[in-house]
Amino acid sequence: MTEAKRNTEINQRLANLFESNVHLLEDGAAGFMNAARKPAIEAFRKQGIPDFKTENYKYTDLSKVFASENHRRVFTYEDINVNLRELFQCDVPELDTNLVMMTNGWYYSGNEQLTELPKGVVVTSLRKAAVEHPELVEKYYGKMADPEKDPLTALNTAFAQDGVFIYVPRSVVVEKPIQIIDLMRGGEDTYATQRNLVIAEENSQVKVIFCDHTLDPQDYMVNNLTEAHVGENAVVDFYNLQNQHNKAVNLNGLYIRQERNSNVLTNTLSLHGGIVRNNLNVLIDGEHAEANLFGLALTDKSQHVDNFTFVEHAHPDCQSNQLFKNVLDDKSTGGFTGRIHVGRGAHGTLAYQRNNNVLLSGTAKMNTKPQLVIDNDDVKCSHGATVGRIDEEALFYLKSRGIAEREARLMLMYAFAHEVLQEVRVDKLGERIDELVNKRLRGEVSKCHSCVMDCES
Amino acid sequence: MLIVKDLHAKVEGKEILKGINLEVNPGEVHAIMGPNGSGKSTLANVLAGHENYEVTKGEVSFFGKDLLDMDADVRSKEGLFLSFQYPVEIPGVSMVNFLKTALNEHRKYRGKDELKAGDFLKLMKEKKELVEIDSQLTNRSVNEGFSGGEKKKNEIFQMAMLEPKLAILDETDSGLDIDALRIVAHGVNALKRPDNATIVVTHYQRLLDYIVPDFVHVLYNGRIVKSAGKELAFELEEKGYDWIKKEVGE
Repeated sequence: MTEAKRNTEINQRLANLFESNVHLLEDGAAGFMNAARKPAIEAFRKQGIPDFKTENYKYTDLSKVFASENHRRVFTYEDINVNLRELFQCDVPELDTNLVMMTNGWYYSGNEQLTELPKGVVVTSLRKAAVEHPELVEKYYGKMADPEKDPLTALNTAFAQDGVFIYVPRSVVVEKPIQIIDLMRGGEDTYATQRNLVIAEENSQVKVIFCDHTLDPQDYMVNNLTEAHVGENAVVDFYNLQNQHNKAVNLNGLYIRQERNSNVLTNTLSLHGGIVRNNLNVLIDGEHAEANLFGLALTDKSQHVDNFTFVEHAHPDCQSNQLFKNVLDDKSTGGFTGRIHVGRGAHGTLAYQRNNNVLLSGTAKMNTKPQLVIDNDDVKCSHGATVGRIDEEALFYLKSRGIAEREARLMLMYAFAHEVLQEVRVDKLGERIDELVNKRLRGEVSKCHSCVMDCES
Repeated sequence: MLIVKDLHAKVEGKEILKGINLEVNPGEVHAIMGPNGSGKSTLANVLAGHENYEVTKGEVSFFGKDLLDMDADVRSKEGLFLSFQYPVEIPGVSMVNFLKTALNEHRKYRGKDELKAGDFLKLMKEKKELVEIDSQLTNRSVNEGFSGGEKKKNEIFQMAMLEPKLAILDETDSGLDIDALRIVAHGVNALKRPDNATIVVTHYQRLLDYIVPDFVHVLYNGRIVKSAGKELAFELEEKGYDWIKKEVGE
């Protein structure tokens, strides 16, 4: 089959899937969510499924991924007769979080009321919030993620039914991080769509941890999109721990809009997954705001992790820092595209970007591409990308002190990863991630079904 | 303890060592001197087990064992230590973690238990004083951002921690100011025992004012062309290396 024909078939299949299930999609969902569907599927039809010829998806050919899937869709909430909390233990005392669980993209009905949240803070199902508090949700829903500009965003918007909704009112500080455990489960190959919205109002602070997991060995695909509004002077962290299995496809989108004086940190840790694509978009929409984007991917076998970032500097005197690292073994592959746009009025911009990669085998492959578009003279921008091997001189140095080859290699890999790992602003979480990465590098966690806080098993 | 016989070695296809013979016994200090490119650093690296160097002929025994058959880490655990001419910076590996790992690997090799955290810190403090190393340096990554002098002190500090039977100091004096040189030399001398030995590889005689050798060997064009007592070092300092070249007929 030619590529064009294959792509047409995928596009048709997904459009048909939409047409024949639109009544299910619309059933019980808020009017504004439903109103966005048809334009979104149109936007998808126009763009089509991206393949290697699509500039933004050059390193992750999604047409191949979608051509081979015929997964079950989850258009209604499926009740679970087991307690997810028991099935998925995550009660390590050192990491105290406000925890909610998602199952195949839906807000788990067994989630308990979070009693320790500060007054006015809402953590609930997006579906429910959209119906019960439309005035709050509608103002932001679909405002940051534009279906016209990205086919995965278009698909997500067309098929979105549920996800997590987080609202932090003005000047409220949520000290205990909010942890969302995304679980893919079920005895069949399954495709899920999850849509999240985070609103952090002026001068508020919140840390959000998304943990992506699989509970069963089936093939899973998830299109998980988060929109985040970060108000003036707000401080918001997003951690994403991707710990699925080698047959899982994780298509992940994060859209952030920052107002003035706000501070955002994202840290995307891809530890396990078959095909992982992270689209990280930050619009700096006010002066003196700061965005920090970090990412670490550890891949082996035939895993693939592709990070795509787009930082838009639209206002003066803002700063962005990006640091992404991949450690690739076996036949695994990786991609990094880092786009920075400094607008005409964004004078005094500081924008830094670095992508460092280590290939542990002769067959691993990494593609990296910085894209800086600067429409302004008064800026400081830098970017750097390296693809290399373990430093043989450093290895010899360690060995010459009595440290055996394997241990010495691990020390160097861990040291390489550590630069990203230290960028975690949650006490204990950093330590736990350190441990997990250490274990992952030692090959002690080959398929971790449990979450980072409970990986001893 | 160390017997080198007719050692030949290549790097990148080029033969650098062309038949080295050397015997080092406990309690001795040997100096290996020679002009640039004579093979001094190659000899040090070959003995330490650097994989870029290919031994093509000859044998080396270390306390009766075949040294060339051992991986670099095993040579270290058997008691060999190389103080690097250019110590490598290893960002992200903390000095403490590095030393603790190394020390415990040594202990494990000798069938001993790992050192308790408190004992390790005590030992580190004691050895740090020996080389007057800045306390802050051990809180950083290995050699990262260290000055040239700090890096060399750090080598001797590691030597003090690991207590090797044979230490090879590869141009430890290069780039050192006189004060740092004295400190480094003092450290080396303080570690001297009747049952260990030192090979000092150097281009100049100055270090030998402080670490007094029992034997001085001149390495030239991949061979030891002259061996004598410490007076040879002074002669070399005074006359340079040209007369040696003449003596060997070039």
